[in-house]
Amino acid sequence: MSLFAQQLINGLFIGSVYGLFAVGYTLVFGVLDILNMAHAAVFTLGGLVALWLIQTAGMSIWLAFPLAVLFSGLLGLLINSLAFVPLRQRQDTYFSGLISSIAMSIIFESAALGLFSARTVRFPQGTVPIHIWQFAGITVTSLQVEIVLVAAFLMVILTQFLKRSRIGKAIRAVAENDRAARLLGIHVDGIIASTFFISSALGGAAGILFGLYFDALSPDMGRSIELKGLAVIVLGGMGSIPGAIIGGLAFGLSEVLTVAISGTSNLRDAVAFTVLFAILLLRPSGILGRGRVREI
Amino acid sequence: MLKKQRSSRIGIITTLLLSFVFGMFGTPGHAGAKEAKIGFVLSMTGAAAVYGSTQINGAKMAIDEINAAAGKDGVKIVALFEDDASTPQQGINVFNKFIKADNVALLIGPTLSNTAQVTDRIAQQEGVPVLAVSNTVKGLTDIGDYIFRDSLTEAVVIPNTIKIAKEKLGVSKVAVLYGNDDAFTKGGYDAFKKALGDAKIEILSEQTFAKGDRDFSPQLTQIKGKNPDAIIVSALAEEASGIVSQARQLGIPKTIPIIGGNGFNSPSFMKNAGEAAEGVIVGAAWNSASSSPLTRKFVADFTAKYNGPPDQFAAQAYAGVYIAYEAVKKAGSPDNRKAIRDAMAQIKIFDTVLGKFSFTAVRDADHLPIVQQVRGGKFVVFGE
Repeated sequence: MSLFAQQLINGLFIGSVYGLFAVGYTLVFGVLDILNMAHAAVFTLGGLVALWLIQTAGMSIWLAFPLAVLFSGLLGLLINSLAFVPLRQRQDTYFSGLISSIAMSIIFESAALGLFSARTVRFPQGTVPIHIWQFAGITVTSLQVEIVLVAAFLMVILTQFLKRSRIGKAIRAVAENDRAARLLGIHVDGIIASTFFISSALGGAAGILFGLYFDALSPDMGRSIELKGLAVIVLGGMGSIPGAIIGGLAFGLSEVLTVAISGTSNLRDAVAFTVLFAILLLRPSGILGRGRVREI
Repeated sequence: MLKKQRSSRIGIITTLLLSFVFGMFGTPGHAGAKEAKIGFVLSMTGAAAVYGSTQINGAKMAIDEINAAAGKDGVKIVALFEDDASTPQQGINVFNKFIKADNVALLIGPTLSNTAQVTDRIAQQEGVPVLAVSNTVKGLTDIGDYIFRDSLTEAVVIPNTIKIAKEKLGVSKVAVLYGNDDAFTKGGYDAFKKALGDAKIEILSEQTFAKGDRDFSPQLTQIKGKNPDAIIVSALAEEASGIVSQARQLGIPKTIPIIGGNGFNSPSFMKNAGEAAEGVIVGAAWNSASSSPLTRKFVADFTAKYNGPPDQFAAQAYAGVYIAYEAVKKAGSPDNRKAIRDAMAQIKIFDTVLGKFSFTAVRDADHLPIVQQVRGGKFVVFGE
């Protein structure tokens, strides 16, 4: 029993990182109806920049984390202005935006490769002091608890921000109907830019937490989460933030339980994507998606 | 569809970049009768880059020493280095280039067994001798009579490790975790399984992972539930450090030792696993603390030259160059591939940093293995 509980907890931790990554992904999709394929590259760079700040600039994680998150947000602005803004008035803006964001992701990944080389690196020992707690046969580290708390905190902040703040309301208005929003006097281009900023900041935060949790950062780490992030937002319902969170947790749990039951990780992605396939067949709008109705 | 376009595009860009960057390492030269042209196929990028970089250092040091000692009249080594990118595909390209375009006399490499199993067939077909300096998969030299290796196989090192662990720690039941999609880690698993069977040690649970995995907590949680005396891990250094640190984070106590395969023999494992690496037991082909004068000189020179101590892979690459050079000298003509092969097969009790080195009848390495343990962030001989 404690074994099963431990596996559920393992799934919860990795799932919360997936959720945080997917929230940023789905936010841009909800507003623009465009997938930002460079999101995974921002995830990678967020983690690597945090490492650089700690290792080379000698900062503590408490300072490096917000700075790297801010940097990731700025990368989001860069993606928006280079890959999306110039194409926005075109007829085929959806498809060309997708392609140009793929280009951005290749550029970012190559930059990471050039700056940080192909090695797998880790945060220095003791970046975050780790305590190990055991009760009833279940082991939890303080780092894991901190990761879940940070992820949950960021998600709550985001939800409240979208619900209550002026910019948040404007983001929802643009998501609903950008033309109507523009007629109402909302500065749509600025709102889109701030959406990219928030989305990428969350993606970068997910990258740092991922790197801390697994003790491994490399320029290709985004690849492992890229498809999963897509699957998570499809699972949860495209554009739905609570859906992305639930989807992330469900995906993390399905991965961990598959490995635990089968004793091999070869089936892990197969099961996760089979579940995704079934959801697409049975409930094409995802768990919390409601067709055209927006939820952000 | 999109994904496909993308990965092929990344592929093209990477290939261009790699050919540009690593093209510069090769020093094209014309092999006269006084020069032996050796092609080094090592992993400078990809999963095995941690091994490749130290191999290159070891090989370059040996080449410099040999060429300096050869003087004006001796046979000199012309070394060509290329990156196999840790993949069989790139390994094939490099082998073809070295054999057909550069006309090398013999090849050293590639870094990974997975790559070697494919590339060495090409060399065998073309009649070019290959000296493997890090491949440990079982039966590699069965490919043909042109394939040699100076790296002890897991089949020699692992039974020795298991035997000593049983004697000193009284291990009687273990859990096994290994990568099942790679020839090297799978080969390590096969060797462990056989050695455990021979030593009558019970296997409580077998778990696997795939290359590139980062989360090992589900497998380790299952293993923890079985209460083994020790955990056997066959993994490359990158995954090994993740496995070891996650095991300790899951509360598997240090009284349950982790016994690793050849992939653990890397300073990068120790660096990435840090504190969690303490107590890990690994069988090895080379002991850096050995008192032999050759080893002591090698360790001192290497440390001075590269600002860090050599590991087993550097030592095997270093020894490999000397073994290859010995074969070239004995063959009499440094560009006759057949003569070099025949001379290499004759090498017996040759003094190297690995100890007294011989090739077995099937061209595998033959010298004494050791067992080491991580203590205070360093490998020390286990049980001393």
